Amino acid sequence: MSEDYAALGLVAGIEIHQQLNTKEKLFCRCPTIIREAEEANGEFFRYLRATKSEMGELDRAAEEEMMQVRQFRYLTYDTTCLVENDEEPPAPMNQEALDIVLTIAKVCGMTPVPEIHTMRKLVIDGSNTSGFQRTALVAMNGKLPGGAEIETVCLEEEAAQRIEDTFFSLDRLGIPLIEITTSPCLHTPEAVQETAAQIGMILRSTGRVKRGLGTIRQDINISIREGARVEIKGVQELDLISEVVRREAQRQVALLEIREELKKRGASIEKTPVDVTSLFSESKSRVLKNASMILAIKLNKCAGLVGREIQPGRRLGSEMSDYAKKCGVGGLFHTDELPAYGVIEEEVVSLKAALSASPEDCVIIVADKPQRCQCAIKQIIRRAEMAFEGVPKETRKMLEGGSTAYMRPLPGAARMYPETDVFQVRVTPERFADLEIPEMIDDTIARYMKEFGLTREVARQMAYSERRSAFEEVIASGIKPALAERAFNSTLRELSREGILITRIADDDIKTILCAINSGDIAKEALSPILSALAEGKKPEEACEIAAPKVTENELTLIIERIVTERSDFIRERGNAATGPIMGVVMKEVRGSVDGKVVNQILRESISRVLKTP
Amino acid sequence: MSELLETGDNVRCTLQGSSCEGTYIASRNGMATVKLTSGYNIGIPIEALTKNGSSEMTEPKVLEVTQDKTLPCISIVSTGGTIASKIDYRTGAVTSQFRATDILNAIPGLASLAQFRAVQLCNILSENMTPAIWQQLARAIHDEIKAGAQGILVTHGTDTMAYSAAAVSFMLKTPVPVVFVGSQRSADRPSSDNVMNGMCAAKTALSDLGEVVVVMHGSTSDDSCAIHRGTRVRKMHTSKRDAFQTIGQEKLGNIVYPSLEVTLSPHAIRRGASELILKDNLEEKCGVVWYYPGMDPKILSAWDGYKGIVLAGTGLGHVGTEIISKIQDMIASGTMVIMTSQCLHGRVCDRVYDTGRDLLSVGVIEGEDLLPEVALVKLMWVLGNSKSQEEARNLMTHNIAGEISWRSAE
Repeated sequence: MSEDYAALGLVAGIEIHQQLNTKEKLFCRCPTIIREAEEANGEFFRYLRATKSEMGELDRAAEEEMMQVRQFRYLTYDTTCLVENDEEPPAPMNQEALDIVLTIAKVCGMTPVPEIHTMRKLVIDGSNTSGFQRTALVAMNGKLPGGAEIETVCLEEEAAQRIEDTFFSLDRLGIPLIEITTSPCLHTPEAVQETAAQIGMILRSTGRVKRGLGTIRQDINISIREGARVEIKGVQELDLISEVVRREAQRQVALLEIREELKKRGASIEKTPVDVTSLFSESKSRVLKNASMILAIKLNKCAGLVGREIQPGRRLGSEMSDYAKKCGVGGLFHTDELPAYGVIEEEVVSLKAALSASPEDCVIIVADKPQRCQCAIKQIIRRAEMAFEGVPKETRKMLEGGSTAYMRPLPGAARMYPETDVFQVRVTPERFADLEIPEMIDDTIARYMKEFGLTREVARQMAYSERRSAFEEVIASGIKPALAERAFNSTLRELSREGILITRIADDDIKTILCAINSGDIAKEALSPILSALAEGKKPEEACEIAAPKVTENELTLIIERIVTERSDFIRERGNAATGPIMGVVMKEVRGSVDGKVVNQILRESISRVLKTP
Repeated sequence: MSELLETGDNVRCTLQGSSCEGTYIASRNGMATVKLTSGYNIGIPIEALTKNGSSEMTEPKVLEVTQDKTLPCISIVSTGGTIASKIDYRTGAVTSQFRATDILNAIPGLASLAQFRAVQLCNILSENMTPAIWQQLARAIHDEIKAGAQGILVTHGTDTMAYSAAAVSFMLKTPVPVVFVGSQRSADRPSSDNVMNGMCAAKTALSDLGEVVVVMHGSTSDDSCAIHRGTRVRKMHTSKRDAFQTIGQEKLGNIVYPSLEVTLSPHAIRRGASELILKDNLEEKCGVVWYYPGMDPKILSAWDGYKGIVLAGTGLGHVGTEIISKIQDMIASGTMVIMTSQCLHGRVCDRVYDTGRDLLSVGVIEGEDLLPEVALVKLMWVLGNSKSQEEARNLMTHNIAGEISWRSAE
């Protein structure tokens, strides 16, 4: 396909959701800790149903979620409370979280909202016990240095973590989340990815966001000329963003081509499904044989189009199947892909005959309980009719590799309702003015290179490191940058590669070790073994003792004398050039617990004595 | 600018050089609420708004509910409360605004259970209830039963629902179920308990029950509702769905959700066991005094002239010796004084300790295992319907509507 995105009229925007690393959740006093499901202390279940907006409208997306009545189960923990359970009104908005969001807004040159109103955004997929996500618009109209426009910044609560299907864990619910939305100002897949990276850098620069997989999620809004706006949810890997954009553009192009083909052929969709249950009573396809009902619909002059690929691994049929699944069915079969899945040629022939289908037509069947079947076939007809319009406006979810599947219709403004249990928050100009702008990581990298002489890669590693502030503190206290970097970065990376759990090493302990090295108590060569001992849970003194036992100058002299005596032949042979190799032997024996300079001095003296004696 | 703006007007907001468009909603204290096209509301100083166009708001559509004439008839008497509440832009908080018919819209499943007649008695949050409204409520329920209702649903705010249920229990002998129902989470949220409580309550109103009850969530899950006797029920939590508990008795039954299967306990009074009788007099000059250590006897003077006082005493039913002589004076001047316990669970016994005996000797009546607020409502009813002090005293110490258990099972 064409790579000329300007010609395609590609328009994209991005929404970034990032968890904030606050002490407490957004609307309760629970800690923002993620738990293991095994640690749960209780469970309950609920049903949710769509409610109307204060304008009296029902949101389309919510309405579609209501097609099936589902029971949602939730796990509770000793770190969750009645607010997560939707059993207590929310506490006032967490001001620590608001300050972080306002700071980011300030970095992006945005205008803060004078009085912040918390809203309820209807979400009835079970991920919020209340059936809504609390969200507040905090600032508007900003711009990134690269030129991308930031439309809005919101402060939201994180949803519950889905364990499976309708089963959720409440530990994550309510963690503060910043949502940064760009305007539809991006026009190439690369621009989308670069903008996401830049926003990610700004977020990390605050030092107050959560880290790790799942703590940041990107939603991408995208359309092409004559296509339609599609929102792709939950892209977690930054590197996949451009691919997702490419594939969505490709999908929209393919759907537009199908639209043209449908028109050219004079295709049409039958309105009335046909009950074909009896045709498959002896089928080798277990799904069909066991189904209490099988309904079929004919798509006139559509042969080949339902099976046509529109994205890697996705066909028009996959789209119809996604719509049908909303009714609880497992999927559908279409004649573009049959015979297959246990359905034999004769069955296809009789199916086509039952619907008076010609070879130019396509027949789609669904098999399930009658109610589900009827619901699903209606959805299939709906989606088939949309193919004549081209690209439907949709919310989609990302699949592995960067293709996407239909989730629900795009929500409208009707899903917003005021959160009546939370007071509005005034943001005074003084409060906004007093917020300190953090150094951007890009600037930190440049500074580390210039001031500390680090290479770009090492400077980058250090700037993005969680140990960055400890690193800067020890340098300020007089430790050499190269040593500080080794302690807080390179050595830890090496140990981590060896499978050592470096997260157990506290910054303060590293500081203690660095002070000891600086004052000459320990040699810097002992850094690596000491850090490993710390990782095993040893205290700094213990770690030093084990990794580098104290050697007095007397003991050192004796060790050196012994080693030199043992190697006197070698020394006589090599002369002063023997110092280097023997130095290595000594250092190995004292395991770095003595400064190399001291060893070197004593060793030289000892060697010269050997050389002097005949 | 503000006086020219009407709810629904299109406005342009200008803020520090940047601007946006939205719909004007309301304003308070110089701050206007504007709904942006994204659906977000923001607060903006009113002077930052300029009118762009006129209101395009349409009245929310109210769907007419078609009723199945073959189904049994239930009357809904609505008084307001969370079960039928939504946002009020005047205060920004939740208020009750729905009419009784709106409840049928809010709980779509109801129409398949019965045909409903709607009576809107009032539309208040339950903290604004008064004994006078209890009386109107009892009369309205009486009239509906007389007119043929096979069950009554009373929608009520949860805060004082137990008081109202107790009041109706004393004023009305009923052959059919009179079911009080409310919700703890407002009806405008997808997780509201109004649907489940409403459905379970309606099913209870159709059941074989024949007394005044409260039906609310039985646990935090949406698994079942509990049926509580109107004179033994108490709101025991500020916000949880299962806040309502029967105290000192077994509950009267439960309703499984979503199957709506009703199970009644053996001690629940059955449909038709009582005749329909309304005795709606109440003596409003009654009050509850919560005793606390060191309480100044002078405080009790504020109650002078009251016909009845319920004391919520400590433990087995005590107050400090200091205030007993004041209580004696009050009783001498014609105030009936009933002792209950702050423990809520268990029976009053003033025969164990000296202060208790002193209280009995000055004429305080032991309130058995009456809940303090139920004792208050009962006292109002007893004093309103007795011809003599003696008769009142007698009624106070006898069970009238399941409010006293003679055996303490727990």
